[in-house]
Amino acid sequence: MSNATLLIGLTALPFAGSLVAAFLPANARNIEAWLAGAVALAGLIITATCYSSVTAGGIVRYEAQWLPTLGLNFILRMDGFAWLFSVLVTGIGFLVVLYARYYMSPEDPVPRFFSFLLAFMGAMLGIVLSGNLIQLVFFWELTSLFSFLLIGYWHHNAAARDGARMALTITAAGGLCLFAGVLVLGYIVGSYDLDAVLASGDLIRSHSLYLPALILILLGALTKSAQFPFHFWLPQAMVAPTPVSAYLHSATLVKAGVFLLARLWPALAGTDAWLWIVGMSGLVTFVLGAYLAIFQQDLKGLLAYSTISHLGLITLLLGLDTPLATLAGIFHIINHATFKASLFMAAGIIDHETGTRDIRRLSGLYRFMPITATLAMVAAAAMAGVPLLNGFLSKEMFFAETIQIHGGSIMDDMLPYIATLATMFSVVYSLRFIHGAFFGPPAVDLPRVPHEPPHWMRFPVEFLVLACLVVGIIPGLTVGPALETAAYAVLSPALPQYNLAVWHGFTWPLLMSVIALVGGALLYRLLQRYLLSGVEGAPLLRHLKSQRIFDRVLVTISWRWAGSLKNLLGTRRLQVQLRLLVGTTLIAALWPLYGHWLAVDHAASLALDPAFALLWTVGITCAVGAAYLAKYHRLAALILVGGAGLVTSITFVWLSAPDLALTQLLVEIVTTMLILLGLRWLPKRIEAIDSGPHAKARTRRLGDLTLALLAGSGLAVLAYAVMTRPAPQSISRFFLERAYTEGGGTNVVNVILVDFRGFDTLGEITVLGIVALAVYALLRRFRPAPDSIDIPEQQRLQNARDAAAHPLRSTGATVTDYLAIPALIMQAIYPFIGLLAVFLLIRGHDLPGGGFVAGITMTVALLLLYMAGGIRWVEARLRVRPVRWIAMGLLLAAGTGVGAWLFCYPFLTSYAAHAELPVIGRAPLASALLFDLGVFVLVVGAMALILLALAHQSIRSHRAPSTKAALASVTTEEK
Amino acid sequence: MEIILALGIGVLAGSGVWLLLRPRTFQVIIGLTLLSYAVNLFILAMGRLRTGAPAILAAGRSGEPAHYADPLPQALILTAIVISFATTALFLVVLLAARGLTGTDHVDGAERES
Repeated sequence: MSNATLLIGLTALPFAGSLVAAFLPANARNIEAWLAGAVALAGLIITATCYSSVTAGGIVRYEAQWLPTLGLNFILRMDGFAWLFSVLVTGIGFLVVLYARYYMSPEDPVPRFFSFLLAFMGAMLGIVLSGNLIQLVFFWELTSLFSFLLIGYWHHNAAARDGARMALTITAAGGLCLFAGVLVLGYIVGSYDLDAVLASGDLIRSHSLYLPALILILLGALTKSAQFPFHFWLPQAMVAPTPVSAYLHSATLVKAGVFLLARLWPALAGTDAWLWIVGMSGLVTFVLGAYLAIFQQDLKGLLAYSTISHLGLITLLLGLDTPLATLAGIFHIINHATFKASLFMAAGIIDHETGTRDIRRLSGLYRFMPITATLAMVAAAAMAGVPLLNGFLSKEMFFAETIQIHGGSIMDDMLPYIATLATMFSVVYSLRFIHGAFFGPPAVDLPRVPHEPPHWMRFPVEFLVLACLVVGIIPGLTVGPALETAAYAVLSPALPQYNLAVWHGFTWPLLMSVIALVGGALLYRLLQRYLLSGVEGAPLLRHLKSQRIFDRVLVTISWRWAGSLKNLLGTRRLQVQLRLLVGTTLIAALWPLYGHWLAVDHAASLALDPAFALLWTVGITCAVGAAYLAKYHRLAALILVGGAGLVTSITFVWLSAPDLALTQLLVEIVTTMLILLGLRWLPKRIEAIDSGPHAKARTRRLGDLTLALLAGSGLAVLAYAVMTRPAPQSISRFFLERAYTEGGGTNVVNVILVDFRGFDTLGEITVLGIVALAVYALLRRFRPAPDSIDIPEQQRLQNARDAAAHPLRSTGATVTDYLAIPALIMQAIYPFIGLLAVFLLIRGHDLPGGGFVAGITMTVALLLLYMAGGIRWVEARLRVRPVRWIAMGLLLAAGTGVGAWLFCYPFLTSYAAHAELPVIGRAPLASALLFDLGVFVLVVGAMALILLALAHQSIRSHRAPSTKAALASVTTEEK
Repeated sequence: MEIILALGIGVLAGSGVWLLLRPRTFQVIIGLTLLSYAVNLFILAMGRLRTGAPAILAAGRSGEPAHYADPLPQALILTAIVISFATTALFLVVLLAARGLTGTDHVDGAERES
């Protein structure tokens, strides 16, 4: 297997694992852990195999076409730096999975946990291995989404929901900025390919759009890495289960930001803007995070602020903009990941075994869990930068850099002092973590009696602490080659001179370390009384709650401003909206006429046919009549609309469109039936009772009338102007020429629908199916208005007549008698209409007809049966399952499309032939016919479902709360 | 011919727009139906008017546009007819449900105060 193929596996494996994990049973803790562990381990092994290909600037690359027209390819690309991150993501991922197996309680739904964790791992690997910036942003947003799901894992907890939402708001907003920045970057370079971008650093830096691109990209990176002023989401995210915190905040999520900074370092760094924005943000975060960490009362809160501070340090190193500082930054990324993951896990063990993480309640745990305590101490010492541990090495490099840099500004002179001070703070909070939890008198009234955790739960901590030690003592032999590989990928071709030794002799950095360590210890001693008093929050900054500011800003923007904007510009009144819509359309349509006049060319007119004029006299009368009568005479208006529809249908025949005429006619029938069924539920509106319109209403009507006249005459003029000029060349020629030769049908319209544009038709019937289901769903919960619940007046009168006429006459007999002969005819012609439908379906490819028309015909047949026999009569004799028909139709149509894949053709490619069938004769036998059959079945199902669902309402007994009252009032009125 | 069809389209559209702006749901549904006739005929008009042109190809041959009715607007309208039925059905049911819930057939679900 080539390395390129391995990369696909590396990215796809976690997602595949995530999918599998999601479907395992809720209590399968062990299987889940095995699965997730195996995926992480496999990823680690794949990464390890790739090592030989990425040393000394080697790159493993896989490229596949994605959107070639836009110059976008799907690229997976692993160089030394990506390799290093890949090791961290999979390696620490494996340890976290192992830890989580013991941490998660049996009550927690673990499939969700492991599924999200694996998906997150995949997204993170996607960021790391992306060789295309757009693709990187995609995975970037995926990490935001999955971290949201992971932080909010215990979603029954309000704090978890809030924390998750805040993390998502900040990081996803940053992600959008990053997307914009990447687009600008792509515009500058002319390519989104990472290699191309990295190679054009000079072009980018000298471009006028450099600063906007830089700021946008930095907004993405700094929000993700929780840098000041966006740092506040990270402590809120501590509500996540501890394995999540250990994973997200040591090696992955927050590291994505600094990963991006280092990744784009060759392309973006080297300017004052970079130095100031990145450097200052890092510096402020470094100091502020360390200061705030000292005063946290929650173990995880302390670690959260220390994470912020260490990320600030890394950002600062990358911002210092020298190769050596960048190398130190990369080194610190590794070191921080190891000791911070182990510390989070240790905090989780304490929480798990004692039931609390509050430093004020914890004390003297050393007695109960000496091994865990020792491990935590080593890790905390690494965090504080004690010699012989990995944290010391990168901190030394940092100190050396602060002394080296002399730009002459005050900042440069101050830097060593600030660095020492912040490191002193980090010594204080490390001491507080260890001393607060493990030393002092034994804790009383803890929720649980503390003891050592299960061995395999502690194993990840042991492993990571061992790594801290080994790297700290023999850095050159252990982390040296990997660091060089990673740094080379970022800094090539010029790797700076550096020495990964523990002992450099008596130097300034060593002195700074000593001052920080001793000073930190003294400071902790001094602060102890204050810390023991148990006040929440840091002095000076206690009242500055970033969460509250964030909430307030969010409320202001998304609630108050949005609300007032809505009140200012929006309306809930449909009439106003429609007036605006029609008015805007009118203006938009008139706009091109500004300064010109619509030239009308009479040359191409057809001779006037008096019959046609007569036809449209009827049509126009119908339309105007319907408009006039729709308010008080609904039935009359409906009949007139039917008349207008009939005129339209005849016009279609006249103008050589038989298919349209057929469809229009049938749809007209069905629509009329539909609205007739609905009329029964509308309120009575009697002209005499309504008071005449107010003056205001009159003006409104006048305005509407003007608008309607303008719209109508506008459309008429436009239609006339178009009809009288010669037709331009259109794509109709394409269809006419190929309908028979390639589609195998002579009915061009039908061939377009089922073959050339089959995909559109598939979409259309899907819409039809969805509408039918929506109608059905809406009607299931249908509650009629109180005054429509009682049976209609006409029916009541009939029933009264039935009752009065003869004692033997049953209720409803009038209707039955009235329809007796038509009902017999309707029942008798039902099979023939069905046959007609089949006929229309089969001949549709060659002659007017097709799935739609046939489907409507079949529906009409079915409806006739219902009208003749009544709902109960039909459903006792016929299995009417419209929902199934919809499903079958859709499956058949889509299945025909998929069938083309079997013959290696694109979706919905059709095959055409003609066959001699017995009795029927020569018939078209295109696969499009099968597709049309799907259309037919679906149309029958959808139309029948809509109409029958509506019809069923009449025989349903409705129990509205006010039914009885309404009934009572109706009866009293009658008396 | 053209002038008559144009007039017809205009009146259908005008009546449709007038009804669309009315306050009662039934008026709006009738208006939408009229408007859809107007739009369908307008689309047909875009392919120019042909009377008596065959819409079906002579068997076994590819067609020459000059001899046949334009199939493109027809295919578009066929889709539009079916979709407008679906829209009408959905709107009718929403209308009925709204009437049941609010007790009025005003488009806003509440009678205007004035």
